[in-house]
Amino acid sequence: MHGTARRATLLWAALIAATALTWWVGEGGASGPAILALLAAISIVKGGIVILDFMALRHAPLMWRLITLGWISLVWVLIGLAYWKGLSQ
Amino acid sequence: MSTPLALTIPPQAATPRLAGDLAIWIFILAELLAFGVFFAAYAFTRANHIALFDAEQQALHRGAGALNTVLLLTASYFVVRAVQAAEHRAAAIAARWLLAAIGCAGSFVVVKLFEYVAAFEQGISLSSSPFHMFYLSLTFFHFMHVILGMVILGALWRGAREGRYRPGDMNGLETGAAYWHMVDLVWLILFPLVYVIH
Repeated sequence: MHGTARRATLLWAALIAATALTWWVGEGGASGPAILALLAAISIVKGGIVILDFMALRHAPLMWRLITLGWISLVWVLIGLAYWKGLSQ
Repeated sequence: MSTPLALTIPPQAATPRLAGDLAIWIFILAELLAFGVFFAAYAFTRANHIALFDAEQQALHRGAGALNTVLLLTASYFVVRAVQAAEHRAAAIAARWLLAAIGCAGSFVVVKLFEYVAAFEQGISLSSSPFHMFYLSLTFFHFMHVILGMVILGALWRGAREGRYRPGDMNGLETGAAYWHMVDLVWLILFPLVYVIH
């Protein structure tokens, strides 16, 4: 139920690569709605890997995937709304 | 003839199953809710103090934040390997993976303490600005979860050394593992939100 070692290692490598991308965007100093959308997408993909594979919710009843994936999506929607509110001031 | 033992091992994930105790998952949902409210509060407070938040965020050490992300993710990966090892009846190997995870978690704590010391030397405190209030309280709230996570990983390490986890008896290990992954998961929002987005 917890997959293979090879799959876990590949997912770990993807998570580290995604972290490097977030750091690189930060060092570049870029900002704006497109950058926010990119960083949110990276965070949701990384969170999705942790939720589905590491926490093994891929094999859990659907409700648990809906709650956890819904949580990370909702948090980023709220962050997006707040960002938009800040832009329009 | 194959050993009858093989027949007692249930088929892999035939029916949907939650890995770990239902109680820890209820607790995890409560934690996710608390962090979610905290993140939204940060974002909406920032909307009213954009220049201040952006200027003070610039002074944070993004490299330290990224390094800590790598340490948490690697600890999570090691915990997954420990669970997989225990599923394959390799308790001693599972214990070694857990020890490696504790090492990563401990390194996270050291990096974070260096960040806190640097911040305090610059006179940063909870009352120095709205950004610093959020930066310190959000990261310290998470920091305490890392400390509890290390205690749990330590208990799992002891359990693995005593050979307590094996196929059909994985609940304790899966329960602790789920908590650790939650500690990792919330940082995956915290890092871009507090260290990068402006």
